[in-house]
Amino acid sequence: MSPRITLATAVRVGAQLRRDHRTLALIFVVPPALLALIKWLLDNDPGSFARLGPPLIGLFPLVIMFLITSIAMLRERTTGTLERLMAMPLAKLDLLLGYGIAFAGLAALQASITAAVGFGLLGVESDGPAWAVVLLAIGNAVLGMALGLFLNAFAQTEFQAVQFMPAVILPQLFLAGLFVPREAMPDALQTISDVLPFTYAYDGLVKVAADEIGGRLWLDVAVVVGCIALALALGALTLRRRTP
Amino acid sequence: MNSTRGEFYGSGEPAIVVRDLDVVRGGKRVLPGVSLDIGRGVVTGLVGPSGSGKTTLIRSIVGVQIVRGGTVTVFGLPAGSPQLRSRIGYVTQAPSVYGDLTVRENLDYFARVLGVSRERVAEVIRTVNLDAETHQPVGTLSGGQRSRASLAVALLNDPELVVLDEPTVGLDPVLRRDLWATFHGLAERGHTLLVSTHVMDEAARCDQLVLMREGGIVAVAPPRELLERTGTDDLEDAFLAIAEEEGS
Repeated sequence: MSPRITLATAVRVGAQLRRDHRTLALIFVVPPALLALIKWLLDNDPGSFARLGPPLIGLFPLVIMFLITSIAMLRERTTGTLERLMAMPLAKLDLLLGYGIAFAGLAALQASITAAVGFGLLGVESDGPAWAVVLLAIGNAVLGMALGLFLNAFAQTEFQAVQFMPAVILPQLFLAGLFVPREAMPDALQTISDVLPFTYAYDGLVKVAADEIGGRLWLDVAVVVGCIALALALGALTLRRRTP
Repeated sequence: MNSTRGEFYGSGEPAIVVRDLDVVRGGKRVLPGVSLDIGRGVVTGLVGPSGSGKTTLIRSIVGVQIVRGGTVTVFGLPAGSPQLRSRIGYVTQAPSVYGDLTVRENLDYFARVLGVSRERVAEVIRTVNLDAETHQPVGTLSGGQRSRASLAVALLNDPELVVLDEPTVGLDPVLRRDLWATFHGLAERGHTLLVSTHVMDEAARCDQLVLMREGGIVAVAPPRELLERTGTDDLEDAFLAIAEEEGS
């Protein structure tokens, strides 16, 4: 591993993102716009919006970063740039951390914009500090990114990679407690929910919003960090120096 | 052509030693036990029809191919060794560069990965004649320009072994001539070049030719010797003669 190569990779990925203005616009505009839509949708049910607001701010980056990194790494695989890098003196971690730094930066910007619009204009409220919501959002985005870097290895085409979003991300969102409180779920689903990383990503946001800074929040953060490390390690296993 | 280049094993140990190389790709036995030596400081051409195993042999030498059996040794080390990664420049058939970055940004990135100076980046851009396109995104370039950008990456760290898979497909004749002058310039400085091609006028520019057919090696000789051996006066006929010999 070399800091020089990791940083160069982060700069390169950043330059690629900067070049794509439309994607950037979507990344920064869509989450606040969706948040505004949900506020409008729940016009007659302000209690529900108050409950959903902070978790939504913190979960948008996860979903979006998952999609973008899946496609970006799949492109590296299919255009031959990954093979070229694997034939160079670059450690697998250089590549993964380079992506991590670039996308964490992007996620920080995205989460800050969404949080600014949410807390500033849409009246989202959190008993805990807003910066903690942003911080968790960045952590969640890195989790989405790490999952994307790993799972794209199972897709051969971009069409397949996009399908991982409904296949992998949506069920976790359903089971995290966002739509139906976990206590109200059938026991079997609650058990499944216990082992899914999104459950902890969501719960952390709920705890911050309720200003319950304590043991359970630290557990949530630890699980998310652990899942990031695990997904990156599994991602490194899918980067092959030799291919069939 | 310079006559000394014909003496291909002149500089001691071969650069590449392939023994009983056995590779299966997509359920097909692409290389059924190939053995071959490739000399140092010369341009070796890998010639054969498409599907004859050229790319698979190249990938095995670079160390990115999963092989079933046999050995490939490059500069005395097993192919794919970490120590070899900074000593080999590899250009695949598809230009492996980032289409959304400019020529300069691509080269700057790979230069940092390889630990090469920015001056060197400007140098290789000149070598492949992309000065005018330096700040253009690679995705907007023509096919030939894109493959030159990819070639520039492989030349960045002045590697001892340069492996090129069909590098000059789609290039205009003047540029092709200039690039071949670059390749021979590298060889004169002691670098080893392995170039796959199915274009005969390119084969004629190599010091040594390896003729492949259906995963096997059917001839290894300098172009002139192939012509003499087959009593023909162009390489196309020489290859046909050898192929027929093999078939009978």
